[in-house]
Amino acid sequence: MIRLLALLILFALPVRAEEVVAGLSQNRIAITASFSGSDILVFGAVKRDTPAPEGPLQVIITLQGPPLAVTVRRKDKVAGIWVNTDAVPVSSSPSFYAIAATAPLREVLTETEDLRHAVSIPRAIRAVGSGLEDAGVFTDALIRIRTDEGSYTLNETGVELAEETLFRTRFILPANLTEGAYRTRILLTRNGQVIDSHETMVDVRKVGLERWLFALSREQPLIYGLLSLVLAVTAGWAASAAFRYIRS
Amino acid sequence: MQIYLPIAEVSVNALLLFGLGGIVGLLSGMFGVGGGFLITPLLFFIGVPPTVAVATGANQVVASSVSGVLAHIRKRTVDFRMGWVLLAGGLIGSALGIWVFNILSALGQIDLTVQLSYVLFLGFVGLLMFQESLRSILRSRQPARKITRRHQHLLVHRLPLKMKFRTSGLYISVIPPILVGMLVGVLAAIMGVGGGFIMVPAMIYLLGMPTKVVIGTSLFQIIFVTAFTTVMHAVTNQSVDMMLALLLILGGVVGAQFGTQIGAKLKAEQLRILLALLVLGVCGLLALDLLLRPGELYSISVEGRA
Repeated sequence: MIRLLALLILFALPVRAEEVVAGLSQNRIAITASFSGSDILVFGAVKRDTPAPEGPLQVIITLQGPPLAVTVRRKDKVAGIWVNTDAVPVSSSPSFYAIAATAPLREVLTETEDLRHAVSIPRAIRAVGSGLEDAGVFTDALIRIRTDEGSYTLNETGVELAEETLFRTRFILPANLTEGAYRTRILLTRNGQVIDSHETMVDVRKVGLERWLFALSREQPLIYGLLSLVLAVTAGWAASAAFRYIRS
Repeated sequence: MQIYLPIAEVSVNALLLFGLGGIVGLLSGMFGVGGGFLITPLLFFIGVPPTVAVATGANQVVASSVSGVLAHIRKRTVDFRMGWVLLAGGLIGSALGIWVFNILSALGQIDLTVQLSYVLFLGFVGLLMFQESLRSILRSRQPARKITRRHQHLLVHRLPLKMKFRTSGLYISVIPPILVGMLVGVLAAIMGVGGGFIMVPAMIYLLGMPTKVVIGTSLFQIIFVTAFTTVMHAVTNQSVDMMLALLLILGGVVGAQFGTQIGAKLKAEQLRILLALLVLGVCGLLALDLLLRPGELYSISVEGRA
């Protein structure tokens, strides 16, 4: 019995024949007042002790923004005008999600592995039961809108792989970034099975004035509100005074 | 030159915002309105989230009203007593409006409410102004006739709680001004406007105030109502974007001064008919948006971090 158990454990342990060694061009992105997007280069190599096994090696690299709870609403015509009617809450969907791979996802990853590692875009979204029959249409709409605005991208030829060893890809980050920890994952697959993976975080933060204003508006909303007023009143008074001076 | 707005969390062109503020300032200088009814829809259009657009719009109106009211105080055309009475109603209305705004936000109907209020109020006021200014243009073509208006007894004279308003030369009940103030306060909170375009006709036609003190007095009370609205939005929704407000205000201040000069060269009826057409145009665009089938039936609203 014990011998059988030991054998099972041995089988269950992954045989790490190939390993990922990776780096990022930057692991901290600062959102300044003049921030207009950025890009991240993800590169690395496959370390192996033994000759490469059978079947082509594939690489999938994903970059995932902080998960957000959102509500997807649908408009319907009510009394001649278009009004939001049905709504489906989505408990978690990334604010940004980019996938790059060496080949079409269906070829490099089996359905079960996709489910286990939550790689493809629909798998990265978690919706809770809403009671609506066509809830799937809402998550499809979520993906469509985010894809159209460039927040979700799938580039099935985005990863360059040389000699089954060196790989690299470049992610373009739009200007409308949400702050938070962005998760970078590198998955190596052979015959649709994930053989190794590597994960790092990229920290996206507002800095300087942006940071200060945002923090103040959340932590001291009353002071922030009063400060906005001071700004408005001063600007109004200064304008009036300046133009009176010019005219006289 | 792109600029990242810290609260709206979008990146927009700073010159575009400056220009938007400038155009609205130009119009507000020409016509003597706060311009909130233009700035808020324009912000929706460039992709600023509705809650941020409404709250920041209110902040921008504070700046333009302060600039305007100083000129009126120098000319002694502000009825302070009437202003305080309107303000009392305005603050109640504003608190009520913020409360309604938060409920509707949670229900996902805030965009609809804001749009519907715009269509209804802009349509109503635009038509009134258009008809009135058309009539006065037609009248001015005919040989001059002296219009004598006798002292009229309106509803405002029959209600209790009468009060003397010296600057306006009125002795009326305080109930109608408080109600007018409340209505404008609710609108200010929901639509992100000062409400001058409602207040001015209401003061002339409902309260019977003389035209020369109307704009100054309306600006005076709008400062406080929009200031209150700004702080309330900042506290309850955290949706005032100071960076956005600053750019709009800078543009607006410059535009307003040019607008005043252009306005001085045009005749009053021409000005009013142009403003009426502008108001009706904005109303028409917003109405089309409600009536036509939208390109995308679904929308996403972020509830927070998962």
